[in-house]
Amino acid sequence: MAQAPLLAIDGLRVAFDAEGGTLQAVRGVALDVRPGECLAVVGESGSGKSQLFLACLGLLAENGRATGSACLDGDELIGSPEAQLETVRGARVGLVSQDPMNALTPHLRIGAQLVEYVTDRGLMSRSQARARALELLGAVGIDDPESRFGQYPHELSGGQRQRVAIAMALMPGPGLLVADEPTTALDVTVQAQVLQVLRRLREGGLTIVLITHDLAVVAGVADRVAVMYAGVVVELAPVAGLFASPRHPYTRALLDSIPRLDAPADRLSGIEGQPPGPHERIVGCAFAPRCRQARDQCRRSEPAPQAAGESVWACHAPLPRGWTT
Amino acid sequence: MSTPLLEVRGLRVEYPARGWGGRRGSVVPALHGLDLALDDGRSLGIVGESGCGKSTLVRSALGLVAPSDGEVRWRGWTVDTRDRARMRQMRREMQVVFQDPFGSLDPRLTAGESVAEALQALEGVTDAAPTRQRVSAAFAAVGLDASLASRYPHELSGGQCQRVAIARATIVRPRLLICDEPVSALDVSVQAQIVNLLAELRRRDRTALLFISHNLAVVRHLCEEVAVLYLGRIVERAPRDSLFLAPRHPYTRALLAAVPDPDPGEAARRSRAESPTVVADRLPAAGGCPFSPRCPLAVDRCRIEPPELESTGDGAVAACHRWRELPTAQLD
Amino acid sequence: MSDGPRRGIYVAAWRRLRGNRAAVVALATLVLLVAASLAGPAVSPYAIDQVDWSLNPLASPPALGTGHWFGTDGNGRDLFVRVCAGTRISLLIAVLATAVSLAIGVAWGATAGYVGGRLDDWMMRVVDVLYALPYMFFVIILTVVFGRNLFLIFLAIGAVGWLTMARIVRGQALALRSQPFVDAAITLGLPTHRIIARHIVPNVVGTVVVYATLTVPQVILFESFLSFLGLGVQEPLTSLGRLVAEGSLEMESAPWLLLAPSTVLALILLCLNFLGDGLRDALDPRQR
Repeated sequence: MAQAPLLAIDGLRVAFDAEGGTLQAVRGVALDVRPGECLAVVGESGSGKSQLFLACLGLLAENGRATGSACLDGDELIGSPEAQLETVRGARVGLVSQDPMNALTPHLRIGAQLVEYVTDRGLMSRSQARARALELLGAVGIDDPESRFGQYPHELSGGQRQRVAIAMALMPGPGLLVADEPTTALDVTVQAQVLQVLRRLREGGLTIVLITHDLAVVAGVADRVAVMYAGVVVELAPVAGLFASPRHPYTRALLDSIPRLDAPADRLSGIEGQPPGPHERIVGCAFAPRCRQARDQCRRSEPAPQAAGESVWACHAPLPRGWTT
Repeated sequence: MSTPLLEVRGLRVEYPARGWGGRRGSVVPALHGLDLALDDGRSLGIVGESGCGKSTLVRSALGLVAPSDGEVRWRGWTVDTRDRARMRQMRREMQVVFQDPFGSLDPRLTAGESVAEALQALEGVTDAAPTRQRVSAAFAAVGLDASLASRYPHELSGGQCQRVAIARATIVRPRLLICDEPVSALDVSVQAQIVNLLAELRRRDRTALLFISHNLAVVRHLCEEVAVLYLGRIVERAPRDSLFLAPRHPYTRALLAAVPDPDPGEAARRSRAESPTVVADRLPAAGGCPFSPRCPLAVDRCRIEPPELESTGDGAVAACHRWRELPTAQLD
Repeated sequence: MSDGPRRGIYVAAWRRLRGNRAAVVALATLVLLVAASLAGPAVSPYAIDQVDWSLNPLASPPALGTGHWFGTDGNGRDLFVRVCAGTRISLLIAVLATAVSLAIGVAWGATAGYVGGRLDDWMMRVVDVLYALPYMFFVIILTVVFGRNLFLIFLAIGAVGWLTMARIVRGQALALRSQPFVDAAITLGLPTHRIIARHIVPNVVGTVVVYATLTVPQVILFESFLSFLGLGVQEPLTSLGRLVAEGSLEMESAPWLLLAPSTVLALILLCLNFLGDGLRDALDPRQR
């Protein structure tokens, strides 16, 4: 708690105007990203995990509106002018998306893309940019960066492309990297490789937000994990505590649904039912209809966040605390 | 021994590399002489990274791709797309679920229509009443509310679409269900639902299953036998327990090591000890073992002489010169 | 599974179309124009080939008193009635010719694109060869051999117009063929013609509709070109294109001769474009 957060999100809501009413994608989220940490944001599709950060960066779709507050190093992002958001996106926050092909232009060589990404906006001279690009390609584990410089995106494998995309996001030297499902489109072997890169970058002092639907991938990378469900953070805790002793039943259920190599092989425990649809009006706890612990109270009133030490959870009937801290 | 349900013998599939100006001639082999057999009621998992030929195997088993060499046999009959009657019979008994939950349903048909189409095409059921009844039964069997039948794919979630695709494939109770990465595009919580559903349907109908995935942990929950594919070749094939407890091929070990471990301490420990086999960038060797450029155990022999599949005991086979030297205990 | 859900998709499309203000206005304007062109001659006291000898000069500007609401042409004929007749003919030719090109083009393109391989090569070479034939030459031969009549005009235009449609549909069909739902249809053992009819064609409707609304104006313009060469509609019948062509010759002395038909023509083209956009959005079920 000592350090001021790098990104402080408070009371953030995101809504979309759509035919047949307003869709609430994010329904009031408070979240701090501390400098130097890797914060994982985990949730199913539709949980609002991506929209939360797209809203901070001013990248919502046309019909989206964000209210609340998100401060990057003390600068308010929500509702700030487009010009300011452009500098934030261009220099202070790097964004990596799920599909590495989106980040790279097919007809330009890798090197040119990396260099122009910063020289076009006058952030660096060409020679500086080139040196930095080579350094970053090495840092993301690309063999022989010099020769990769002259290659086109289609000449690289999916995993290489994703790592080049990470290098590109890091070119301007942002203080924060937001990686939105960076490994979902990749093979497990390549996924392991990309995670390894993120881990190394974090060890080098970079602040990372890792957005994913797969709790398993965050175990080895994240310092803290925020679990989102239907637009709210239902649990936020340090990684070890969350995995060893989750307090929210949804976190427990997500953990149980991970296919493991060391568990009995007969049956996986999934989460029955569906998350609430975007049009549904949510009364009480959004997870109640799928929750085995749900009581009457859960269906009536929305649980307020409770904190204990580093952990926060929003549940009327939290699971007992386990043996870990 | 009885005839296997599905048998693949020396299957080689090549795609023409069509360059600029439509020049033909050069070919890219996707499968290099594959042998596989699947008995009635059994389940076989095929595991490998993208580009290993998994999908080509599926497509040739379904008769969507013609083999360049070798053959695919269905109940002993060499699949021949020109023999319409036999093909119909085979399709009635062999159905498929694809990876992309939205792409596998026609966006212009409702979920119910897509499932009804299968019934009509495969069993010739066209009357409204029995169709409706069978479709609702199929929806119930995959855990979908019958009211979803009138929805279009874009009105459903990914998991629901995949259930519709499974309903379409299983409504005629096929003998063999082929699943091509059916859960990779889904959320983890939904993956578990679908894996359980497939296991349930398999118990119900005693359907044989050919399950393709890049994630070994998923395969482990569904398959009695697993074949690991690397660049169009089988590098290891073994019964489930033997493969997971005592993997013989370094590539199988790399795949196992890559499965993310949902235990922070363990994951951190493993990441520090990470083996170089995970690096997937290097090109395959011209001669020798195709895995040798990535293999931490590769010696000179591996780069010259391609290993053959040989028995490693317990009904397992592996293609590695050095499998004997690997410790038999599980990886970690 | 017969009509119920099928109807459903078009009911939903109609509802979406009604939600699109530009498309609704365009559709209403088109309906009004068609109604006016049908009812106009009955309302006006003049016939299409009737010369009003009471005028001096014969080409007189629009006036309410004489009943020549759009004025008269150089031969003293009432322009309002002629514009009505021209609108009817132009729209008729355009719609029929577009229908012909749609039918041939969609069937040809969908088959070539879906079946692929040799058949695709062969079918598309045919299209290439027809493309290479001088368009005018082709139409002129047709009119010379079969004589001039209205039916022949739209047949000729449609027969040439399907080439582009076929190429567009082929491209779409080629992309659709690699979709897993088409593979799924094959593994259900559906015959090729059924896959094309049920899974390929309905999924190209959006593109086809937009292209068709672009074809209609092309056909109208092409018809006017033919008429200008004396190969199109014959006097005393007329078409919008012909009226515009005639009007442009008298632009300085009698501007109304150009303004009236070209305003109607422009309005039709504008409406068709808006309607096409609206239809594309409405017919795509992925649109919310």
